[in-house]
Amino acid sequence: MSDHAQGAHSLHHLHQFESAEQQYESATLGMWAFIVQEILFFGGLFCAYTVYRNTYIEAFTAGSHHLDIFWGTLNTVVLIASSLTMAMAVRSAQTNSGPGRIIGWLIATIILGCTFLGVKAIEYTGKWHHHLIPNSTFQWNDPAFPTVTLGPAKIFYSFYFVMTGMHALHMIIGVGIMLWMIAKVRRNEISAQYFTPIEISGLYWHFVDIVWIFLFPLLYLIGRHH
Amino acid sequence: MSDAVKANGEPKNYLNDTYGIKSWLLTLDHKRIGIMYLITLTAFFLVGGVFAAFIRLELMTPKGDLFEAETYNKMFTMHGVVMIFFFLIPSIPAVLGNFLIPLQIGARDVAFPKLNLASYYLYALGGMFAIAAILMGGIDTGWTFYTPYSSSYSNSFVSLALVGVFINGFSSILTGVNFMVTIHKMRAPGLTWFRLPLFIWGHYATSLIQVLGTPVVAITLLLVVFERVFNIGIFDPTYGGDPVLFQHMFWFYSHPAVYIMILPGFAVISDVIACFSRKRIFGYSFVAFSSLAIAVLGFLVWGHHMFVSGQSTYASMVFSFITFFVAVPSAVKIFNWSFTLHKGSIKLDSPMLYVMGFIGLFTIGGLTGLFLSTLGTDVHLHDTYFVVAHFHYVMVGGMVMAFLCGLHFWWPKMTGRMYPEGPAKLGVMFVFAGFNLTFLPQFILGYMGMPRRYHAYPEEWQALNIMSTAGATVLGLGFGLTIAYFIWSLFKGEKAPANPFQAKGLEWDIPSPPIAHNFEAIPIVTWEAYPYGPEEAASQSTETATEPAKEDEVV
Amino acid sequence: MSEHHVVPLKIYFLIFFALMIGTVLTVGAAFVDMGFMNTPVALIIALVKASLVIMFFMHVKYSHKLVGLFAVSGFFWLCIMLALTMQDYYTRGWGEAPPVEFLKEGAFF
Repeated sequence: MSDHAQGAHSLHHLHQFESAEQQYESATLGMWAFIVQEILFFGGLFCAYTVYRNTYIEAFTAGSHHLDIFWGTLNTVVLIASSLTMAMAVRSAQTNSGPGRIIGWLIATIILGCTFLGVKAIEYTGKWHHHLIPNSTFQWNDPAFPTVTLGPAKIFYSFYFVMTGMHALHMIIGVGIMLWMIAKVRRNEISAQYFTPIEISGLYWHFVDIVWIFLFPLLYLIGRHH
Repeated sequence: MSDAVKANGEPKNYLNDTYGIKSWLLTLDHKRIGIMYLITLTAFFLVGGVFAAFIRLELMTPKGDLFEAETYNKMFTMHGVVMIFFFLIPSIPAVLGNFLIPLQIGARDVAFPKLNLASYYLYALGGMFAIAAILMGGIDTGWTFYTPYSSSYSNSFVSLALVGVFINGFSSILTGVNFMVTIHKMRAPGLTWFRLPLFIWGHYATSLIQVLGTPVVAITLLLVVFERVFNIGIFDPTYGGDPVLFQHMFWFYSHPAVYIMILPGFAVISDVIACFSRKRIFGYSFVAFSSLAIAVLGFLVWGHHMFVSGQSTYASMVFSFITFFVAVPSAVKIFNWSFTLHKGSIKLDSPMLYVMGFIGLFTIGGLTGLFLSTLGTDVHLHDTYFVVAHFHYVMVGGMVMAFLCGLHFWWPKMTGRMYPEGPAKLGVMFVFAGFNLTFLPQFILGYMGMPRRYHAYPEEWQALNIMSTAGATVLGLGFGLTIAYFIWSLFKGEKAPANPFQAKGLEWDIPSPPIAHNFEAIPIVTWEAYPYGPEEAASQSTETATEPAKEDEVV
Repeated sequence: MSEHHVVPLKIYFLIFFALMIGTVLTVGAAFVDMGFMNTPVALIIALVKASLVIMFFMHVKYSHKLVGLFAVSGFFWLCIMLALTMQDYYTRGWGEAPPVEFLKEGAFF
């Protein structure tokens, strides 16, 4: 009968699905397909980065020396910790640990995410003071690397800002999603039977973490042994 | 079933299920979203067509007397941007794919209906940016947006158009994600991969490219926007940037993108040719896998756009070599379609006439592609009208013909009305004749060395250019006639039966137009695709021995 | 897969510590002169870290193999893009005229 949209079906799956299981698998697969496109979105940047890093290795080394390893490492630790809290949030939803527990882990994730963004803001401000923003105000003078000219150095900082900027944008969106998830938990829409939204938000968050795992050595740690 | 029949006796369907502008603009029904795409696409097609008309008018005379060179640059750029990004890429997937994928796989909707609607609005929003760029004064970079002209020198509204294309790209990506998951997870019980209509295989391959390719061009175009707006230096040679890198990243998507434009065309042709030959498609699995092969090979050949761009000779040789392999799966398709015709009971209704046109024109388009992938020949033919003609043979002779073919074939299902067969046949003739008259002379012009993107040319090429313009007029009349009788049929067309062409497939077992949730009960499929032969038709009717396929597990 | 796999707490914390150790290793390795091996080592550590996140935090180890296929295909296509782009850059100038002036570092400044 045509009334499948109303009764007979559980609360937890939409009319186009035959079962909650089908809906869960579709949602996860859809999120993965989206992550695949994210891989290639950042991949375009990594590809361009590879070309220039091979062309201007000295300039990239010089540019990297102006980034602060302390902040970079701190942010890596913060982000990995946020991945752990995120995984815990999903797990508490899976194991029916109650809304308080889930919200607690989500808030921890948000706090860590905001810490990351705060550190990023400190770093960006520092670059601003040193005229290392890659627009028309960019200045370059580093006696330690006399052969490095302004052009390639500016290319390095273009990559630094576009890559970390795109990453930060994804973090901000991620924090927004976490807030939305908190609202969902408060409305009692999440349970051990239906935790799909929180699971796929987690996938997104972990992906953003993975991008940083690559960005950190590729931007902060070039030629540090010199 | 009391609520299934409305008070005035008309059965309920997706068109009269709910009323009002809001019920359309906020619909989650894949069929209505498909119709919305169709209307918007047609508007963009007309806009792009107007620019094409201006180009052909200018080229009637050797002197550049109608437009300034700069205005002409804007004309061909806007023709390309609108036609490629806002018509060809979404055309078949967004309209026919949206409408038919859930119907053909026996699902009530796509996997993510809200995302589907969001894709439509992203498309509309991106389109608005492009239209804004056009209205404010246009873009003059060519549809390829090559740096450093686009990033450092052009004074036209490049950023606005790029943002439009960027947003539209995400519409394409999300459609791809949606279709992939739908095809993986939403198939009716028993409908295994090798029982699917080839329409689905073609769209799966298309979605693959949309998801894997589009993000790369998105970030590339975003970098150009950043370069224009914030003056960062990634493609700018004054800072040591390499403009050729832009071409690499642009074509990594944009070459596969031509397969986004043609694979859905293949998908339509496979379904229609089986129906009008009354035969199962010849070599089903070959046709199915050739779609995937084209999708994958398409990612390995982009450098053939860059033979004269400063790419290394070694890289050019590699790209040229791999390019030849694309001809193999394409030829597999052509041969299999031809064999499907062999000993079939061919009926030359207008969709079938489009198929015939498609096969011929696509073959010419494909074979001339081999000239261009040959390293030495391409140096001569690069950036000439030969390329323009090749591209249009594939895109208009291939994709637009296939789009019209599919639109005719499924029009009764979409609208519940039959199109008038007489004018439709006339329309095919106009389109076919006009198309060839437009673009055949351009092969010759290109071979003689007429470069593309110039508004003036030596006088000895005028005759061929006039032929081309005359052909464009006939082509335009053909399109105009088609649009006119389609609209006419909505009001005056004969009511369509559920299956006017005696075609096979789940979408033909339900009424025309379908009800809002597609199926009263989800069908169980126990037969192969295209059971057109007499013995196969019998096996379909003995479906009572319900034996769902063993490979029920979704892979 | 009618019930979803609940990953034991122990595994989550184990992975977290492995990731921390990976981070320390990356920073440490950057200060050791390994010649041309510095970048590959950094990338290998990053790849291992990313795989741990994908397999355990993102549950690919416990999911349908199709999910794993999707994940791999993303990275595979990235490799296609890198390989075919770099084959151009590495072979520029093989038996050709020297590269145009602006490709040389510092030609303008």
